[in-house]
Amino acid sequence: MEKEKKMKKPKVKLGKLEKREARAGWLFVLPWVIGVAVFMLYPLCQSFYYMWFNIRITPLGTKFIPVGTGNFTQIWLENPEFPQQIVTYLWQTIVEVPVIVVFALMIAIMLNGNIKCRGLFRLIFFLPVIIVSGPVMNMLVSEGAATIPAMNVQSIKTALDNFLPHSMSESIGEIFSNMIMILWYSGVQILIFLSALQKIDPALYEAAKIDGGSQWECFWKITLPTIKPMILLNAVYSVIFLSGNEQNSLITMIKSAMFSGTKEKGYGYASAMAWMYSLIVTLIVLLFFLLLGSKKDIYDRQVKRRKREMKKEARTVKRIERRGIRNAKKIKKARKKRNYRTYDGSGDY
Amino acid sequence: MTAAEIIKKSFTKEKFHRFVFGTKEKEGAGKQIIVYGLLICIGFVYLYPILYMFSTSFMNRDDLLDSSVKWIPSTLFVQNYIDAGKSMDFWISLLKGVVIAGAPTLCNVAVCMLVGYGFARFEFRGKKILLGLLIFSYILPSQVTMIPTYVLYNNMKIVGTLWSFILPAILGNGLNSAIFILIFYQFFRQVPKVLIEAAQIDGAGYFKSFVKIAVPSAGPAILTVFLFSFVWYWNESYLTSLYVQGLSANSFWVNLVVQLSNFDTSFNTMAQTGDAATNLNECVRMAATSLSVLPLLVMYFFLQKHFVESIDRAGITGE
Repeated sequence: MEKEKKMKKPKVKLGKLEKREARAGWLFVLPWVIGVAVFMLYPLCQSFYYMWFNIRITPLGTKFIPVGTGNFTQIWLENPEFPQQIVTYLWQTIVEVPVIVVFALMIAIMLNGNIKCRGLFRLIFFLPVIIVSGPVMNMLVSEGAATIPAMNVQSIKTALDNFLPHSMSESIGEIFSNMIMILWYSGVQILIFLSALQKIDPALYEAAKIDGGSQWECFWKITLPTIKPMILLNAVYSVIFLSGNEQNSLITMIKSAMFSGTKEKGYGYASAMAWMYSLIVTLIVLLFFLLLGSKKDIYDRQVKRRKREMKKEARTVKRIERRGIRNAKKIKKARKKRNYRTYDGSGDY
Repeated sequence: MTAAEIIKKSFTKEKFHRFVFGTKEKEGAGKQIIVYGLLICIGFVYLYPILYMFSTSFMNRDDLLDSSVKWIPSTLFVQNYIDAGKSMDFWISLLKGVVIAGAPTLCNVAVCMLVGYGFARFEFRGKKILLGLLIFSYILPSQVTMIPTYVLYNNMKIVGTLWSFILPAILGNGLNSAIFILIFYQFFRQVPKVLIEAAQIDGAGYFKSFVKIAVPSAGPAILTVFLFSFVWYWNESYLTSLYVQGLSANSFWVNLVVQLSNFDTSFNTMAQTGDAATNLNECVRMAATSLSVLPLLVMYFFLQKHFVESIDRAGITGE
């Protein structure tokens, strides 16, 4: 709303219609802006504030005891569970996300071919999205419905232990034992890939075929570059989904810390934990952005550099102009006071 | 010519090669077999937990212990379902669940449509910042804001009521609202601006042209958002138990998924009073799981076409 006030006196004066349109736009967006302020930004700041305190709920009201960085030292140094879980989570996410994305891409490509019963297969692959929820998953996992019975997970784990650090082999073993669940998480991704694949212009493939390109080459040179943004989208989606999932043990930890009655835990401790956790999630998202984000091509970069140079030149010109005006003023002043002096004494510059 | 010669003549090595690997024009049978085989295998793996769940839920205890019974139960044992349903208060929980998921979903659809239209149709200062904020609000893990939000709701005295779901939804910050706003944003950008301008020339105001032109044209997007929002609210057990149920055991609001997460304790208390005909075992738990999944499955089989095609049409994939 503050921005609306600011809007009324913009630097470049808008036309009447444009002004009215802008106001209408703000009006349409306003509910969401208020919502973001109340339900996102305000809690965000508050949880930032909470994390420096030990908060205790007493019958007389909530007590805030400032502890400085106490919550953090407690999380990292005194409680061995959190760092351990973080490392496991990190490995798990970094391995699982590519598995999900590659798997989804594979299925999408298979479905995109000339296939009968495509509708049926889509129906099956999308089914998990509908019924996936925390308690249902917990039930299925606890009853052993989530593992492929023929797979010997233990032998895979011991084989991996030989040449990988323990935390890494542990998380990879976890992936094998929860294979079905990981496949289940890729329903939305399959559909996104499928609809992206169907939008690729068939003329591209035809042209490649005429030039003698095989299907393998077509995949690497046409399909993959075209759907690269979708790969990023799916990777980010998977990271967010995996980290907000109720199967995630870190989430359970934060929850239990939030409502635990012990002295040292509570809202403040849980806030600090949540901030740490979300920082790590953000880092993972950033990592995928860096890996998969589209690099601008050379032309774009050159245009940008040229624009920057032009701006710089304009600034220099302006500076020189300003200096000229300033100097002229100085001379005028000096002339008024009549204490100027020239070399030949004529008074003219 | 003998038959053997004909066979020898018509099955040359090249023909076989062509048959299996295909030509440039036609795909070979070998490839097709591999693709279908893979798809069927993966499809089975996908369905495995569900099949397992259903088949186990119909077993009685003898079948469970009998190692010769793997998939098909010897008798159709419905008692599991009766007991599980009784323990979960199936019909009441179902109705309440529909309300819990339905009410915020309606708000979500209405508000996200409004906001998405605002973003797509109008140009105004700060729009880029707001769009950035929108994406940020999607990426931000909800755990960071969870604790203060709970405190906030507590201060507003809406914990334990349905308002704790409806109020954020009205203000466009419900469950996954950012995705829905983006869906509507993408969708309304594809609606030709000329249509709306024509309406304005005919004297329609901003809001009227939204209601009369944009909303009727947004059918597929509305359906997508409605379905997804409903499913996500339905499956959200943790926030439901935290906000709507208010973490108290005897709260009015409860849905099937929350009942399922408390199933073991509730079933045990029921068994102690002697109402249950069976003991707590895998079969009963699977029966409870399938009961909590069943409403959504029924909905999915009726509306699956809309579910699956909606992602294409509503432009989740973006351009």
